[in-house]
Amino acid sequence: MALIKCENVSFSYENTSVIKNLNFEVNQGDYLCIVGENGSGKSTLIKGILGLKSAADGKITRGDGLKKNETGYLPQQTPAQKDFPASVYEVVLSGRLNSRGLKPFYSKTDKQIARDNIKRLNIAHLEKRSYRDLSGGQQQRVLLARALCASKKILLLDEPVTGLDPIVTEDMYKLIDELNKKENITIIMVSHDIKSSVKYATHILHLNGDKTFFGTTADYIKSPVGKAFFLEDNENV
Amino acid sequence: MFDEIIKMFSYDFLIRAVIGGSLIALCAALLGVSLVLKRYSMIGDGLSHVGFGALAIAAAVNAAAPLEFAIPIVVIAAFFLLRISENSKIKGDSAIAIISTASLAIGITVATMTKGMNADINSYLFGSIIAMSQKDIIICIVLSVIVIAMYIFFYHKIFAVTFDESFAKATGTKANIYNMIIAFLTALTITVGMKIMGSLLISSLIIFPAITSMRICKRFKTVVICSGIIAVLCSISGLIISYLYNTPTGASIVLTNVCLLLVFSITGTISDKINAKKFSK
Repeated sequence: MALIKCENVSFSYENTSVIKNLNFEVNQGDYLCIVGENGSGKSTLIKGILGLKSAADGKITRGDGLKKNETGYLPQQTPAQKDFPASVYEVVLSGRLNSRGLKPFYSKTDKQIARDNIKRLNIAHLEKRSYRDLSGGQQQRVLLARALCASKKILLLDEPVTGLDPIVTEDMYKLIDELNKKENITIIMVSHDIKSSVKYATHILHLNGDKTFFGTTADYIKSPVGKAFFLEDNENV
Repeated sequence: MFDEIIKMFSYDFLIRAVIGGSLIALCAALLGVSLVLKRYSMIGDGLSHVGFGALAIAAAVNAAAPLEFAIPIVVIAAFFLLRISENSKIKGDSAIAIISTASLAIGITVATMTKGMNADINSYLFGSIIAMSQKDIIICIVLSVIVIAMYIFFYHKIFAVTFDESFAKATGTKANIYNMIIAFLTALTITVGMKIMGSLLISSLIIFPAITSMRICKRFKTVVICSGIIAVLCSISGLIISYLYNTPTGASIVLTNVCLLLVFSITGTISDKINAKKFSK
């Protein structure tokens, strides 16, 4: 059964519909990139998948025992966060909050999971540093470690490379790819970068009004929507 | 000077002022860490002006209990301001300015029409060391027990909601409830604290300790603890200065906060430079 399945889903934003009759599904181990222009409804769809916004029509179902609060989410950074006084450990540990319910304190297991994820993303040397003193790439790794604390199955990344320089961007993509290939973590990523999306993703969802595309990456390259983008891109290169 | 300070504590009203003042400062500082980091600090300022308007009306209609009259109004205003800040369509800062100046104008108009600008209004604007009654002290103690208990019990949730509301919501934390609890307690703290600090100066108790401790502290936990300590120290020393040199109470507390902020800023800048050198080596 699919981890997440959208059937005939429609969303409206401030009374105008942004997504109409959308169908797609994500299975365990998939790497789905959601692309599309500004205003095509990417952020709205993310909120829908997270259960923060209900669909105007249709339904989004979760399978494989995936609970509502079990999505590892990497949101876009807010300006307020950039100078936030918190240690890396504090930030990563806060990813375990969904396991707590009403219990006020973290258990030993929670702390161990946080430490393990810090090691997993090679930021152990930063553990005691303040989040605000880190570079953009390091901050993204911290947030990714936090997302991994929240879910072992699925990561939902909202433009994870925004504002990063090209080398750090490539590192970030490789890291996400490793998590997907080696640890079989399902990835859903919103991206502006179609080239990298095609390079790493197994599936593409291109939101484009009536000409929305969903399918495997191989099919996407051959599709009219994908072709249009790639021809443009190749001419520019 | 020490004799003077010992003598100071032989007056009941001064003991009340010190206890009430430091408890209010402690509550405001704890709530302030979250408000400042979420860029909501102007809400505190807006609420204090609403509180002034409400108290002026209470005095004008001769309400038996002005505080009980003002608290619900300020609480409603707090929820309203929170909604405005969350709604990106209306610019939060201008909306807060509109509400706070309007309340101040209403308060002053009502006060002048009924009794003229009497001492009572003056002490609500600028604070007074003799303002704390026995009943106010009990309210202060109850309030600070609630605020501290909430901070201990919900500490990790407050951290998550303050640091990243979208992540907190996505992983099933009801962020709006925590925002509302914080707004509610802020409204209570401000209304009670206005008596001693004055409505024009009370928001400093929310903003200063958090900003000051953030100059040096690098972890959320230390920021929270440090803010609490700074708030209590500043309000006690401010009250002592106010008593010894006969300076206005609220203003003295704000000025001790300003001094500490300067000290922390300079120390923070120096230690950052030393650290930067260490890492570049």
